[in-house]
Amino acid sequence: MRSRRKSRAHRPLVRFILRRLAAMVLLVIGITIVSFVLTQAVPGDPALANLGQNPTPEAIQAFHEKYGLDKPLPTQYLTYMGHLVQGDLGTSQQTHQPVTHDLGVSIPATAELAIFSIVLSAIFGVAAGVLAALRRDTAVDNGVRVVTLMGISLPMFWFGLIALYLFFFKWGILPGGGRLSPTTTPPPDVTGLDTLDALLAGDFGAFWDAFKHLIMPGLVLTAYNVSLIARYTRSAVLEVLHADYVRAARAKGLSNWTVVTRYILRGALPSIVTVMGLVFASVLAGAVLVENIFGWPGIGQYAYKSAISLDLPAIMGVSIFIALVYVTINLLVDLLYAVIDPRVRLG
Amino acid sequence: MTPLLEIGDLSIRLPTPAGMRTVVHQVDLAVEAGQIYGIAGESGSGKTLTMLSLLGLLPRGGVAAGDVRFDGQPVLDDRGRARSELRGRDLSMVFQDPMTSLHPMLTIGKQLTEHARKHLGLSRKAAEARAAEMLDDVRIPDGEAALRAYPHEFSGGMRQRIAIAIALMCEPRILIADEPTTALDVTVQAGILRLLDRLRREKGMSVVLITHDLGVMSSIAERMSVMYAGRVIERGDAADVLKRAGHPYTRGLLASLPQPEAGAQSELASIPGVPASPLDPPPGCAFHPRCPLALPECRAAVPPLIVNGDHAVACPVTMEVAA
Amino acid sequence: MSAQPAAALPPSRLRRLRTRRASRTRSRSAWRQPTMVAGLAIAAIWIVVAIFAPLLAPHDPLAQDFAITQAPSGAHPFGTDELGRDVLSRVLVAARHSLPLAVLLVVLAGSIGTTLGVLAGYVGGWIDGVVMRLADLVSSFPAIVLAMVVTASLGPSTRNAVLALVIVSWPIYARVVRSLVLSISQAEYVQAFRLHGASARRAMRKEVLPNVVGPVTVLVTIYLADALLLLAGLSFLGLGTQPPTPEWGSMVSVGTQYFQNWWMATFPGLAIFSAVLAFNFIGDGLRDVFDPQSSFRGDDA
Repeated sequence: MRSRRKSRAHRPLVRFILRRLAAMVLLVIGITIVSFVLTQAVPGDPALANLGQNPTPEAIQAFHEKYGLDKPLPTQYLTYMGHLVQGDLGTSQQTHQPVTHDLGVSIPATAELAIFSIVLSAIFGVAAGVLAALRRDTAVDNGVRVVTLMGISLPMFWFGLIALYLFFFKWGILPGGGRLSPTTTPPPDVTGLDTLDALLAGDFGAFWDAFKHLIMPGLVLTAYNVSLIARYTRSAVLEVLHADYVRAARAKGLSNWTVVTRYILRGALPSIVTVMGLVFASVLAGAVLVENIFGWPGIGQYAYKSAISLDLPAIMGVSIFIALVYVTINLLVDLLYAVIDPRVRLG
Repeated sequence: MTPLLEIGDLSIRLPTPAGMRTVVHQVDLAVEAGQIYGIAGESGSGKTLTMLSLLGLLPRGGVAAGDVRFDGQPVLDDRGRARSELRGRDLSMVFQDPMTSLHPMLTIGKQLTEHARKHLGLSRKAAEARAAEMLDDVRIPDGEAALRAYPHEFSGGMRQRIAIAIALMCEPRILIADEPTTALDVTVQAGILRLLDRLRREKGMSVVLITHDLGVMSSIAERMSVMYAGRVIERGDAADVLKRAGHPYTRGLLASLPQPEAGAQSELASIPGVPASPLDPPPGCAFHPRCPLALPECRAAVPPLIVNGDHAVACPVTMEVAA
Repeated sequence: MSAQPAAALPPSRLRRLRTRRASRTRSRSAWRQPTMVAGLAIAAIWIVVAIFAPLLAPHDPLAQDFAITQAPSGAHPFGTDELGRDVLSRVLVAARHSLPLAVLLVVLAGSIGTTLGVLAGYVGGWIDGVVMRLADLVSSFPAIVLAMVVTASLGPSTRNAVLALVIVSWPIYARVVRSLVLSISQAEYVQAFRLHGASARRAMRKEVLPNVVGPVTVLVTIYLADALLLLAGLSFLGLGTQPPTPEWGSMVSVGTQYFQNWWMATFPGLAIFSAVLAFNFIGDGLRDVFDPQSSFRGDDA
């Protein structure tokens, strides 16, 4: 009986994953088509935009040939996709580097910001949400509710500016942008995360410098996310708090701690997973604004610069990458649901 | 013989937007060892709250007061809170809706063993062995495999049996069953009631059966109380109360039980009006607005329980007539 | 008394059936919440400002002057910007621009999303599949990125910013409405209604839609707040409203370059913050009204 149950448990899960992967592939293809179509919507000839004043017809022709712009659209798309699956995303018209290289440089920068912000937000957000729910309608709860409402209302770009003004301009305790001071030697590149790399190299001076640069943009990103997590956690815990199974658990004489951790938190976990998915998404979106203000050379900056200079390969590359990340996160979230909730897993 | 559970003058107050309100008044009842005691009443009668107060499970801000003794020892402290040692061990509870009283994300095995390990100090293996035995006792097939299963894999009736097994793990002296069959099909109901009766006999434990369904009451209860608007309005041996009901409310409840033999033309009797809200009961006898025998005095004061041997009724009108 | 009959009643009617005391609890707590009151007050102020801005503004928001980048003073309580324009006036007049745009955005995205969501949820079948795939596709991009690309390729302007944001925002409404419709139309009381011979369309009108309105109202206030933030963000990046039209986001953006003149960025940002906060307060309070988890539960005895 036991072996029958085991394989019964595995098969639906495996099928579930395969189905989602297939959907993911379709989605990615759709995304590439959308990105491609969007870039085609750009009016004007990119050749003109990139070759400066009065290019010669021959130069324009050469440019078209070089980038395959003279071929019909579907052909262009297929050529692009052909290169894509080989890992070639074209060359950025702005930096004149392969787009993959540009991405390779900017992704770790955003990753550092993202990890810092997400970890902080998760820890403090869940704690605050649980606390507020358990102490419902007390000063603690009302305080959390008001503060988190303010947190999700703050325009990130404005908050960043104010932080910069106070901590950099007025009080001079934190640096004004970038990832490292010009005088600090960057640590050897292992992960691309300057703080981590500095620690790995044992260079505490560099670590401290990198960290000081990370704090402000990181905290500005965190303000929104910690509020979001706290609010979702609070309402999830509140819902579970009155659940029959919580009362039944108490009736069994289990300790308050056990009831909170094993029963309440676990019941709230699906909602918390949901909001973590939202947080990942919001971090990527917020990165565009925050990196802009703090001159952080990440994906957000890259996306912005590509967009305004109409750097088509770069735009496509960034869009596809970001969309891939989103889709992967959604898949992970769904997988997590299956892991947490046996009803999802076993159908 | 001292009753196992003695509830004396129990009152419960709950916080409302309008301040603290007494929702259960002066409840007296006694449960003997090995006895099946029924508490009948509609929603809002206070029957569940009365039992919840023993387990310390009143809603936030609720306060209980009274002389409640378990095995001779007081249960409530001076602040009206129940001693926590009884919870889950000597006193355990099975709740109404088996679809929601088990945690959907924990295995049956976990939910069976966690409190047993805590209260009885059992190792995981020992607790699981015991759990498998309990599942057997409640007639759940293949106990070993069931331990690793999750609640949603079982039907409502089976889940309720599992809930009963959970409640039995620490050999309780009293099992409180709150509407154990209400959420189940009629065909499954009988099985659960028979189970409770058999377990009571095998383990020598008492069962407090809370229900609004007098049909259910009549099948296994030995002694019973009827509650209305937070008060006990009738009390006695179950057979006595059900055959010779004293209180007009009890009589109304009995009359409203469907009688299949009565024929298709007869109307289904019902008690007119809506149940009194425990927060805002009518003055005097809470039942008087709906009572066919009501007299002007019934508004004046809450009638006390008039004791007649083993049978007590809180209605001066019917007891007058009887006398 | 058992659970079954309750499920056969729609939430709207169940609410009326609950004891008077319970509903008094709920409505009292909603209006008593200081945050809701504060939110309504601030929103009211901004609406008034939006309507009467040209009368309230002490100076012409477009009037340039030689007295550039003046710190706040009596004549210019919010200071002047890099072209000598009065910041206070610009902040006030920008309300006329940003608030209606946010409303427009929510109305457009909300209508499209709600319609598609109702269709998907109620009709189901291939429509449901198409709508959901489209929604997935669109929401695979972070709003800002997609909006950036759209506005960059179509040319930065107010109209394109709104268009881009509508494209990006409708999936949320569609998804929520769809799941609402699904849960309501499968509820017993709708099935009971249809059993009585009501057509699909009538059932939709009389039972499904009224129960969708409540949650959607809550959604709309919250997304109004988000819409404001998105619009401001796009303008901040230079991809939305173009100068010289006063707009809070672009004003903050300019203020970034005139860093030391803190008033240039602070006051427009404060305006965004207060308006967004107001709508979030209101949405929060509304949520308590429509979906209460009242702390008093006297219902089980």
